[in-house]
Amino acid sequence: MAAETRSASRAEPLGLRARWMRMDKRHRETIQGYLFIMPVVLGLLIFTIGPMIASFYFSFTKFPILQKPEWIGLQNYIKMLTEEKYFWQAVKVTVTYAVTAVPLGIIGSFLLAMLLDQRLKGIAFFRTCFYMPTIVPALASAVLWGWLLNPDYGLVNAILFKLGLPTSRFLSDPKSALASLVMMSLWGIGGGMVIYLAGLQGIPQTLYEAGKIDGASGLKLFRHITIPLMTPTIFFNLVMGLIGAFQYFTGAFVLTAGGPLFATYFYNLMLYERAFKWVQMGMASAMAWFLLVAVLIMTLLVFRSSSAWVYYETEVK
Amino acid sequence: MLSQDREVYYGLRDVKWNRRPWQGVGMVATYLVLAAGAVIFLLPFFWMVGTSLKEQQEVYTFPPTFIPKAWRWQNFPDGWTHENTMFPQWTANTLWITAGAMAGILLTSSLCAYGFARLTFPGRDFWFMVVLASIMLPGPVTLIPLFVGYQRIGWLNTFKPLIIPAWFGGGAFNIFLLRQFFKGIPIELEEAAIVDGASRFRIWWQIFLPLSKPALATIAVFTFQATWNDFYGPLIFLSTREKYTLAIGINNFKGLYNTEVPLMMAMSFLMVIPMLIVFFFAQKLMIRGVVLSGIKG
Repeated sequence: MAAETRSASRAEPLGLRARWMRMDKRHRETIQGYLFIMPVVLGLLIFTIGPMIASFYFSFTKFPILQKPEWIGLQNYIKMLTEEKYFWQAVKVTVTYAVTAVPLGIIGSFLLAMLLDQRLKGIAFFRTCFYMPTIVPALASAVLWGWLLNPDYGLVNAILFKLGLPTSRFLSDPKSALASLVMMSLWGIGGGMVIYLAGLQGIPQTLYEAGKIDGASGLKLFRHITIPLMTPTIFFNLVMGLIGAFQYFTGAFVLTAGGPLFATYFYNLMLYERAFKWVQMGMASAMAWFLLVAVLIMTLLVFRSSSAWVYYETEVK
Repeated sequence: MLSQDREVYYGLRDVKWNRRPWQGVGMVATYLVLAAGAVIFLLPFFWMVGTSLKEQQEVYTFPPTFIPKAWRWQNFPDGWTHENTMFPQWTANTLWITAGAMAGILLTSSLCAYGFARLTFPGRDFWFMVVLASIMLPGPVTLIPLFVGYQRIGWLNTFKPLIIPAWFGGGAFNIFLLRQFFKGIPIELEEAAIVDGASRFRIWWQIFLPLSKPALATIAVFTFQATWNDFYGPLIFLSTREKYTLAIGINNFKGLYNTEVPLMMAMSFLMVIPMLIVFFFAQKLMIRGVVLSGIKG
């Protein structure tokens, strides 16, 4: 008996190896392939798909973290959409921010890239200047802007005052708080700028030359070559920008805490408070799923629209 | 658009020039616009440094001074050792999390990328699609169950939630970037190695990783930036002062000592300095990361 186990255990690795060698190449590659991608498959199951299912379930429960979740059906959703005092305010703030900051950011960074895509002396210096703000950590940037926009001692008001322009209360006035956050976000258009700059430089020079031979002017070349060839990049940045804007958090959390008078009460801020201040995990999950559905619908709409304006390279290299 | 990512090396300095500049008035106008823009974009930096060197009273004057009257360097050590703060500890924490996450991301994203790039097996394209789709998933959807899960297994207020997930694939964007890079490595190299009896694992370790240093460096720089700057994760998972990262610590400091503006600015500036250093040494890598992440998904 003992001898048998010993010999079996000695034979086992040999057997495995022999079987492995005899296995046909396709099966071997399948096993190898899954071993290689195992980290991400496990990661997706443990940290993405599993939690998604769980939060879908939580969204139908009352769940003050320390007790077990208690099934309450659609109540969270109904309450969220009808009774929650500031829910629609949060939606409004977030959508307003997304539809202003994202297009402004895209237009700004695109124009900047156009301006910087020239053979001028010192252009590299200017590119560096415009790019620098994007390396500042979000927290440090928020602290800095809080002080720049300080109504009484801030630099921005001082400059406005010097120029004889009307000053503003910026973040402390419900009328201007959200606009101030949009303005802050535009400080970071250098990130988009380098993306468009790379895109612009990827446009084959021959296309412009061909256009010129056909007698097209600068504006025509821009309209019929530059813009169409850049639309895939613009499209991708629009989608990612909107998704990011829907989850905007740090600036509002650090600077305004949603105020004044809920003027900067972003959706993600509401969700955060719900989950970690009030410990209503069920309601917070419902809010998260509403966000997911909103993002999906929005992405779908943008994708649908893309056939009308995004130029897809087929033969052109 | 970027089919040959390996050759693409867009820095701010070395670029191919496509457009000829506008001449005459146009050029002067361009310079004026650029100069005005550059001043506006850089002003906040100077303001930050200026404020961090001011005396406490000088901050509360109107109109504000731009260059401090007396340069008070003492603000930096004062902020660093301020009561109720633990800046040395917070810096160490941030570095520790950054290093832990970076190691995991480099190792596992390259493993996965090799599988996706060079092996053929059923389900590969499906999983790759899932990986790409995960880029678009809003974080809050998974946040609450993760928080509950971490709470149950005692991971809250440890660095584990900020490090361990990085060891599971290292993020869709990084896998995508490395996969593109791996696809550009000549297949002959691999075939020769297989003939010589090298295992897939050895090929990954001894051929692909050494050849992919530029791509790995891009990911390393990008990860360093992302982890160092992360605010949301530490805010949710860390709760006691000695566990804070710099971002959370400085925010806390801001809440407690809202009036000590120069110290606050000094500490915020301190958080920017490593980014500035990385920027000056690895500018190209940093920008290439941004470009690659923005052009393809």
